[in-house]
Amino acid sequence: MASENGELTGAGYINHHLTNLTYGQLPDGSWGFAHGAEEAASMGFMAIHVDSMAWALALGVIMFWVMRSVAKNFSSDKPSKVQCFVEALFDMAQDSKDSTFTKQAKNEWIAPMALTIFVWVFFMNLMDLVPVDWIPELAAFLGVGYMKIVPSTDVNVALGMALAVFIMILYYSLKIKGPVGFTKELALQPFGKYLIPFNLVLELVGLLAKPLSLGLRLFGNMYAGELIFILIAMMYSAGLGLGVLGGVAQLGWAIFHILVITLQAYIFMMLTIVYLSQAHEHH
Amino acid sequence: MNINLTLIGQTISFLLFVWFCKKFVWPPMVNAMQERQNQIADGLAAAEKGQEAQNVAEKEAAELISQAKTQAAEIIASAEKRGNAVVDEAKTTATSEKERIVASALTEVEQEVHTAREQLRTQVSSIAVAAASKIADKEIDEAAHAGLIDDLVKQLKAS
Repeated sequence: MASENGELTGAGYINHHLTNLTYGQLPDGSWGFAHGAEEAASMGFMAIHVDSMAWALALGVIMFWVMRSVAKNFSSDKPSKVQCFVEALFDMAQDSKDSTFTKQAKNEWIAPMALTIFVWVFFMNLMDLVPVDWIPELAAFLGVGYMKIVPSTDVNVALGMALAVFIMILYYSLKIKGPVGFTKELALQPFGKYLIPFNLVLELVGLLAKPLSLGLRLFGNMYAGELIFILIAMMYSAGLGLGVLGGVAQLGWAIFHILVITLQAYIFMMLTIVYLSQAHEHH
Repeated sequence: MNINLTLIGQTISFLLFVWFCKKFVWPPMVNAMQERQNQIADGLAAAEKGQEAQNVAEKEAAELISQAKTQAAEIIASAEKRGNAVVDEAKTTATSEKERIVASALTEVEQEVHTAREQLRTQVSSIAVAAASKIADKEIDEAAHAGLIDDLVKQLKAS
C-alpha cells in the first residue's frame, strides 16, 4: 500500500488506515460505500461505519459465546484453563462492583455490565495488536476498500458506549432519587440555594463531562496507539535499517500496548461503576 | 472522526449486550461458582468432622487398650494367686494324706505286732506245756493245768 502513490505515500497511507468503511448516501444521491475520507465525511450523520459495527458485534458475540460455553461446561472438580480465566473475570467484575457500591444500593445489573464492558472493550482494544496491514490488505484483496479493525479507535464506538452509560446514569439517578431529588442535587450544590443558576451550570457541565471524558479517554488512547502502529509500519518501506528498527519498535510498542489496552478497558469499567454508584447515592 | 449513526448503533449494541449478559451469561456462571463454593465449604466441614471423629475414635481405642491392659494384669495376678492356692491346697492335702497313711500303717504295724505277740505267746505256752510234759514225763491234762500254765505265761510276759 505504501508504494502506490509515490510522493504522497505517507499521508495517503495514514489516511487510508484511519478511514472507516462507511455506508451512507453518496453525493449523487444513491446509497453505497464511500470511496474516500472526504466522501465519508460528506455523508453526515446518516451513515454508518460498517467495519466498526461488524468487528464490535463479532467480538461481542465471540466473547459471549466463549462465556456461555464455559458456563455450560462448568466443572467444579476439573476446571479447564479457560474456565479458570473466565471465573477470574467474573470475580473481578463482582469485586469491583462490591468495592464501590454501598451495601444498601443493591443492583443486580452492575456486575454483569461491568463484565460486559471490561471484556468487550478489552477485545476491541486487543485488535490493536493485529499488525496494521494484515486485515486491510486482505480486505483490499477481497475488494473492500477500507477496513478499520479496531472498533475502539472509532470515536463513535467509544462515545456510543459512553452514551449508553450516560443513559444509565440518568435512569438510575431519576429512579433512585426521583425527579425532585435529582433536580435538587443539580441545583442546590455546591453553593446553596442563593446561587441556583450557577450551581445548575456547574453541575450540568460536570454531569455531561462524565460520559464525554469516559468515551474520549478510551478513544484518545486507542487512536493514538493505533496511529503510532501505523507510523511504525511506515518504516518498513523505508529501507533495511529503518525496517529492522521498525520491527523492534513495533514489538516494543505492542508489548507496552498490552498494558494500555488492559488498563483502558479496566478504567472504562471502573469509571462506569463509580458513576453509577454516584447515581445510587442519596445526599 | 465523523460522528454518525455508528454512535447510536454502538449504544444499542452495548445495551443489548449488557441485557444479554445479565440474562443468559451471568446467572449460570455465578450459580455454578456459588455451587462450587458451597461444595468446597461442605467438603471442608466434612473433612473437619471426619478428623474430629477420628480423634474421638483414637481416644476411645486408647482407652480400650489401657482397660484391656489393666484387665489382663488383673487376670494374670488372680491366676497366679489361684495357682498358689491350688499348690498350697495340694500341699496340705498331701500332708494330711501322708499323715493318714502313716497313722494307718502304724496301727497296722501295732496290730501285726499284737497278733504276732499273741501267736508267739500261744506257741510259747504250747512249747512250755510240751517241755513240761517231757520234763514231768507224764501226761498232763492240758485242761486241768491250764491255770498253772497261764500263770507261767504271765510270768513269761512279765519277765
